Amino acid sequence: MYKGHRIGPDRFDRGQIKIYIILLPIAIFMLLPLVFIFCHAFKPMEELFAFPPKFYVVNPTFKNFSNLMQSARTAGIPLSKYVFNSLFVTIIVVAANVIISTMAGFALSKMEFKLRDGIFNLNQAALMFVPAAVMIPRYLIINTLQITNTYWAHILPLLAAPVSLFLIKQFIDGVPNALLEAASIDGATPLRIYWKVIIPLVKPAIATGMILSFQQVWGYLDSSNLYVNTDGMKTLAFYMSTLANANNAVAGQGIAAAASLIMFIPNLILFIVVQKDVMNTMASSGIK
Amino acid sequence: MNVSKKTPYLFLAPYLLMFIIFIALPVIVAILLSFTDFDTINMPNIVWFRNYVLLITSDSIFMQYVLPNTITYALIVGPGGYALSFLLAWAIAQLTRIPRTILALVFYSPSLTMGTAMQVLWKIVFSGDRMGIINSYLIQWGFITEPIVFLSSANWLLPVMIIVGLWSAAGVGFLAMLAGIMNADEELYEAGAIDGVSNRFQELIYITIPTMKPQMLFGAVMAIVNTFNNGMIGVQLSGSNPTPGYAGQLIVNHIDDYGFIRFEMGYAAAVSVALLLLITVFSKVATALFTEKD
Repeated sequence: MYKGHRIGPDRFDRGQIKIYIILLPIAIFMLLPLVFIFCHAFKPMEELFAFPPKFYVVNPTFKNFSNLMQSARTAGIPLSKYVFNSLFVTIIVVAANVIISTMAGFALSKMEFKLRDGIFNLNQAALMFVPAAVMIPRYLIINTLQITNTYWAHILPLLAAPVSLFLIKQFIDGVPNALLEAASIDGATPLRIYWKVIIPLVKPAIATGMILSFQQVWGYLDSSNLYVNTDGMKTLAFYMSTLANANNAVAGQGIAAAASLIMFIPNLILFIVVQKDVMNTMASSGIK
Repeated sequence: MNVSKKTPYLFLAPYLLMFIIFIALPVIVAILLSFTDFDTINMPNIVWFRNYVLLITSDSIFMQYVLPNTITYALIVGPGGYALSFLLAWAIAQLTRIPRTILALVFYSPSLTMGTAMQVLWKIVFSGDRMGIINSYLIQWGFITEPIVFLSSANWLLPVMIIVGLWSAAGVGFLAMLAGIMNADEELYEAGAIDGVSNRFQELIYITIPTMKPQMLFGAVMAIVNTFNNGMIGVQLSGSNPTPGYAGQLIVNHIDDYGFIRFEMGYAAAVSVALLLLITVFSKVATALFTEKD
């Protein structure tokens, strides 16, 4: 008799073979572009020019990466300046994001107050907020605040992250109330409870919020395109995207491929590091 | 938890402040601006619904290219990418831990490339001369004799955008749905088998989907957001706004075109409001499909 399949089985059985047969071609299709760009970034000049073009790299070299450094220097602004801008902005955004989202999540999840449901529903509606739809009003607001050409223009627009708040709030819901009551009876202030009880218990949700916010800020182009005109204040993502647009020549392709790897690898590594926490957080992600 | 009246608002204040300035206010300003002829130079006049009337009656670019492109793109990449993420999540949930983790990473990683400088990847892959890897293979295998100029051809730009959109569709929603499937109650599957469920497909329809509707809805919302957030993709691939022959022109590009190239911000704001409405319609449909009915 049919016993029902186990989700997340412990052992391999023959029933799984057909799933592999379907999934492997899809997996290969998904991976090909990434593998190709990886190879492309390490191709020496003669392989970039080879005809017909080769998929794999034969004699890998770091030449494209050193050319990338060089090209920034000839453009007048050292690559290190863009790297510094990006790191600075990224660190501030990720840290601030986590702090304000956990604070708000704590209030929405564990405190009783009048506007609680209203604010939570508003945030839930904002899950589908598409920044690109309101780029003009945002531009006008940033102008009005007089923060164009400052680091604030890179940082502030990314601080309110409805998805992070939503995931963190759902995760805090899972913290037992009794724990908070006990701490409260012992005389702990809300701030102390937040810091000593909530933060340590919701680390997976924090990790998830951090990676989501990292993904946003690391590749963020709007601020450099629209709000910041000074070249020395723009971010690495912006510089990398100009490489992609300026160099259509074959030689430029190697540099552009190297650039896109530099943008991609930190994202991938961070995700691999925290993937367990992310999956933990996602378990409570449902919208009811 | 018992706290004083002020405490919750103090905790919420930083988030709310940012939320109001950069999310709520822009939406309100977009709606207000859409009723004016604001052009960044002259004092704006109130023109009531003129922008909307123009949009519907005399913006032939919008009606002929932008709206159909957006709807085609959104209908294929939105629901299509969503179904793909769900099926992939469901399929890998049937596997043992190590292959499951590796495949999850493989399917998720393309979404990490979206909206960033990574678009260059596709410019290289779809390069329009014989040196382009896809053109080169197509010629070697005898499908074509002349290279296809994928990214500046009016026939090919939208299909390429859709392929790229689908390729990167398995994002946060995919992870949420995978987690939802993995956390389903084992006993439900055993009980289902006793009640006559006889294969994986029936399990999917009768057990998996009904038990994880909340995650399905979260996934659907994320799919909608991703689809519209990638609105710049046509411009990024072709390197020009407007895109060649308006073939890859989506609503977001139309806003950019009117707002930042022609500085007709009132009109661009009306287009923004149209986009916000379109997104709302998509999400209402998703909510209607996946909300638990009591």
